[in-house]
Amino acid sequence: MIELYPFLIEAIQILIVLLFAPLFVGWIRMLKCWFQGRTSAGLFQPYRDIVKLFHKDVILAENASWLFRFTPYLVFGVTVLAGGIIPILSLSLPFATVADVIAIVALFAIVRFFTALAGMDIGTAFGGMGSSREMMIGSLAEPAMLMAIFTVSLISQTTSLSNMADMLIHKEFILRPSMAFALLAFVLISLAETGRIPVDNPATHLELTMIHEAMILEYSGRHLALIEWAGMIKLFLFTTIGIASFFPWGISTLPSNAAIGGLGNLISISAGIIFLILKLGFLGIGLILIETGLAKMRIFRVPEFLGGAFLLSTLGMLSYFILE
Amino acid sequence: MSINLAAQINSIMAALILLTAFGLLVQRRMYGLLHLFAWQGLFLSVSTAIVGYVSGAHHLYISSILTLALKVVLIPYILHFLIRQLHIHKEVEQLVNVPTTMLIGIALVIFSYYLTAPIRELSTLVTRSTLAVALATVMLGLLMMITRRHAVTQIIGFLALENGLFFAATSATYGMPLVVELGVALDILIAAFIFGIFFFQIRTTFDSLDVEQMTKLKEED
Repeated sequence: MIELYPFLIEAIQILIVLLFAPLFVGWIRMLKCWFQGRTSAGLFQPYRDIVKLFHKDVILAENASWLFRFTPYLVFGVTVLAGGIIPILSLSLPFATVADVIAIVALFAIVRFFTALAGMDIGTAFGGMGSSREMMIGSLAEPAMLMAIFTVSLISQTTSLSNMADMLIHKEFILRPSMAFALLAFVLISLAETGRIPVDNPATHLELTMIHEAMILEYSGRHLALIEWAGMIKLFLFTTIGIASFFPWGISTLPSNAAIGGLGNLISISAGIIFLILKLGFLGIGLILIETGLAKMRIFRVPEFLGGAFLLSTLGMLSYFILE
Repeated sequence: MSINLAAQINSIMAALILLTAFGLLVQRRMYGLLHLFAWQGLFLSVSTAIVGYVSGAHHLYISSILTLALKVVLIPYILHFLIRQLHIHKEVEQLVNVPTTMLIGIALVIFSYYLTAPIRELSTLVTRSTLAVALATVMLGLLMMITRRHAVTQIIGFLALENGLFFAATSATYGMPLVVELGVALDILIAAFIFGIFFFQIRTTFDSLDVEQMTKLKEED
């Protein structure tokens, strides 16, 4: 008989990815409103936005090819797939053994590739501009991202996120400068990859400054809903990758098989969910402190910003060899 | 506090010193440079105190306090005063652009790690691993002196270089004799004053602190 529990947990996790991502974005927007002295639209506004977009008709440009119509589904599917691999609730996911952290970075690269193609597909000036900017940021962020993650994998001797988190939970805790550097680099890269201030502003539609919004400017209706939802999931996933590789305490470590019994699993999964909510709450506050404290930088300063991230992750890797 | 924990904190301090050295290399604003320099001095002072604790060499506490007084308070204050008095342009010009400088810096760190690897084998101290960081800080200070054009930033580079030397002394040998350290500290202080006088001289002669101007100082053929 096939083990049922692992797949149950996997299903719960994907459900949580789908449902919590808009909630997390709602929390961030609410905090941002409070920090700027505005009244917020409430925690559940992102859900309402998505539902609204799903009810609207799709307006397609005349010269839109199959690529343009196909991209939203691909983007959404691939992002959710990545959500199945990252250990969010439990370390023993059936998907987690299939792909390691390099594959996760590659999945995000696929998303970026197709979004950029779709941005150019219609042939408007904004789409092309957005695509070119996005690819520039991507080409600088990905090596830095890999370097930061490799620093953590050097310490734990594995590239699988689940095993990395497992090593961190079970090993004796020591102060590691390399981890601090990698964490700093990871924060900078996450800001760039998820299109937050100071690299991109998710709330703007100003011609000169938008990056991600420029690429998806031609989308409407359910296509836009899927892309927006995938964007929210991406932010959620970067946060959970950060949690899994730097603060994994609280993620369920029980091997999910029937021998442990349903109850024990249930308790550790629920504890995992509570820890997740707490961590996301605090990380949201951290993100908003960064966003309110900084101004959006000029696009030509972004390479310097990401160069700094690359520097930090390289220093992390070097200080692993030098100091530890 | 166990020796192990002290060594861990010391390596964190080493990492922070390295980070501030890179920060100095890429920082564009004059006041930002001063703040980073003061932070580097603070980390150096904490690290010296920790090494003093680990080794039981109590004169290191004195040099830690000296570092705190001189490199965190007095010298940044003097430089701050000079910058205000001379109305120095707030943005720092660089000869090499920032990303290239960073890459050269990384190469220097790898080089100094490679260079100190055999020395590390000979030492038995808990803090021996920080030697590479110390050498890297020296090299980064040197790089800063090469890539910056302004006299004040070159001086900050020089002082950062001295920080690296001091760090090397504490981490590799548990500190120099107190007399030597007092002498060095005094030297640094006097140097800061002399730099100040030089700034005023350069400024009155060239109406600028850009050292490129000094190429004018040759005789006409």
